[in-house]
Amino acid sequence: MKLALGPLLYYWPHQSVLDFYADMAEAPVDSVYLGETVCSRRHELRLEDWLEVGKVLADAGKEVVMSTQGLIESESDLKVLRRIVRQRAGGDAGFRVEANDMGAVRLLAEAGVKDWVAGPTLNVFNPSTLQLMIDAGATRWAVAPEMAGAALAEVRAALPAPLETEVFAYGRLPLAHSARCFTARHFNLQKDTCEFRCLSIMDGIALRTREGAPFLTLNGVQTQSARVHNLLGDLPAVRGQAEVLRISPQGAHTRQIVELFRATLDGSRSPADALAASREWMVEEPCNGFWHGRAGVEQYVAA
Amino acid sequence: MTVPSPIELVCPAGSLPALKTAIDHGADCVYLGFKDATNARNFTGLNFDPAQMREGIAYAHARKRKVLLALNTYPQTGNWASWTQAVDRAADFGLDAIILADPGLMAYAAKTHPQLRLHLSVQGSATSYEAINWYHERFGVQRAVLPRVLSMAQVESVIANTPVEIEIFGFGGLCVMVEGRCALSAYATGESPNCNGACSPGKHVRWEDTPRGMETRLNGILIDRFADGERAGYPTLCKGRFEVNDETYYALEEPTSLNTLELLPELARIGIRAIKIEGRQRSPAYVAQVTKVWRAALDKLKAGGAEGFSVLPGWMAELNKVSEGQSHTLGAYYRPWK
Repeated sequence: MKLALGPLLYYWPHQSVLDFYADMAEAPVDSVYLGETVCSRRHELRLEDWLEVGKVLADAGKEVVMSTQGLIESESDLKVLRRIVRQRAGGDAGFRVEANDMGAVRLLAEAGVKDWVAGPTLNVFNPSTLQLMIDAGATRWAVAPEMAGAALAEVRAALPAPLETEVFAYGRLPLAHSARCFTARHFNLQKDTCEFRCLSIMDGIALRTREGAPFLTLNGVQTQSARVHNLLGDLPAVRGQAEVLRISPQGAHTRQIVELFRATLDGSRSPADALAASREWMVEEPCNGFWHGRAGVEQYVAA
Repeated sequence: MTVPSPIELVCPAGSLPALKTAIDHGADCVYLGFKDATNARNFTGLNFDPAQMREGIAYAHARKRKVLLALNTYPQTGNWASWTQAVDRAADFGLDAIILADPGLMAYAAKTHPQLRLHLSVQGSATSYEAINWYHERFGVQRAVLPRVLSMAQVESVIANTPVEIEIFGFGGLCVMVEGRCALSAYATGESPNCNGACSPGKHVRWEDTPRGMETRLNGILIDRFADGERAGYPTLCKGRFEVNDETYYALEEPTSLNTLELLPELARIGIRAIKIEGRQRSPAYVAQVTKVWRAALDKLKAGGAEGFSVLPGWMAELNKVSEGQSHTLGAYYRPWK
């Protein structure tokens, strides 16, 4: 079982990002997804900088994957997308690509790239659609977090040949994208003149109900769950349906989380023990409802 | 210079009476769904059984209008056959087009019913011409409905770079999130627009009169609280009031409707082929009101051109009467909205 570090969903200062990935180069992860997937206004690291980070990680033995932006709006978004595809289309020199919209799928297929990752925002929910992605060159499927384990098992069972599958196993759930920036809105700013207020908000901004209960997290144009989706306690079942587990970076202690997953997969910790231990490193209460086919916010423990 | 094609008015039909009302008030097309999870308005009491659908199609076709079928949710492995059967029925019934989101289902439709016209649903989340052209090349999709996220200039760029007809939302309930990319309802209730055809479904809603005011909850989660005299709205979860850094406000979106009526000349100029009115869950009275105003506006534009076009105050008043929260917005077409 491989561990993958998902793309950084927040906007951290340049040096924080470099420090984070220097740390990850030493951490027991197999794959690292890089690149800006949330907001095209974020530019602490530009594509060249991400590719540089990728080289460092590749030198440390990690598989590097460049993730494309989830919501493509402008011609300049398309330009970045084309450059990400092009760096791979040249052959073995570049990094593998994760396609996060059908525009990326079209460009990858057109360029003849044959080893890309079908990203979690492609809305692949059935074997027919997944087969189309495979035919277009996908060799790994990063499953949408909202998909239940049982539904995933059905898709996998229906495939004519096995496909490497990646499950979102840890982190605040990326639930929605918008054209509107909710962080700018919170500060009474417009998106075009947002003053880059996301910068340095390491884990997004908490949104609570009027009873004070944590509900969602504002992360620019992205809305996340408040709770942390955490499948440590469910690893025995998850193992049967995935070859890769995705851990989403958080503001601090990502290293400890990665190590907990590694130890649990290696059998040196029990899932229940690991889940209990992870609470110390989590920014909010855990949830796992999606995996169990329930409301994502639930923390479900089988009776 | 080529004369731009007239813009089709595509109106919602949640029921047979709504369908007839839309046709009678000047809709060029109506869109509807079956009574099941195959469409994104899977609500109790809504949509069409086969007999109603046949009657609706006959009514529309007799008046030379079109009927489009929304099959725009994502089938899963276990229920795949329900969606392909729905596609088969659509071909059999003689619908003018089906509106799909799932690529696997498009492949099925294109292969099994090559004569059946395919539209890409807003739930397909295609926001660039690269994405839209993929659906065109792979499945022969002839029209795409754009998510409500692009600015006017971005829509214009899409149109300039694709052979696919572009349809946009002109009026009605406003999704603040990219359609097809929103799991907020799934997170709160376990039911999503993508997989269940429902957002913030009614069976999870609770209205509670408390000493603090009227509280609306979704699966137990407090979405809003209303003081005496405040009109308590349905708890669509992105339109509630929440606390962020000790401030309580509509953190994601106000309860408001999209209304692009004033942009009509500009939409015609950039080559929009169809305007969709949201609201299959709304009453025939809503459909009548909105269809009437938009028909009048499109006719005025056609007769007088952009120079002769102005929004009549009466139109806006009529539309505001049926708007959510009695207010409206230009949404993403107006940059400050973002």
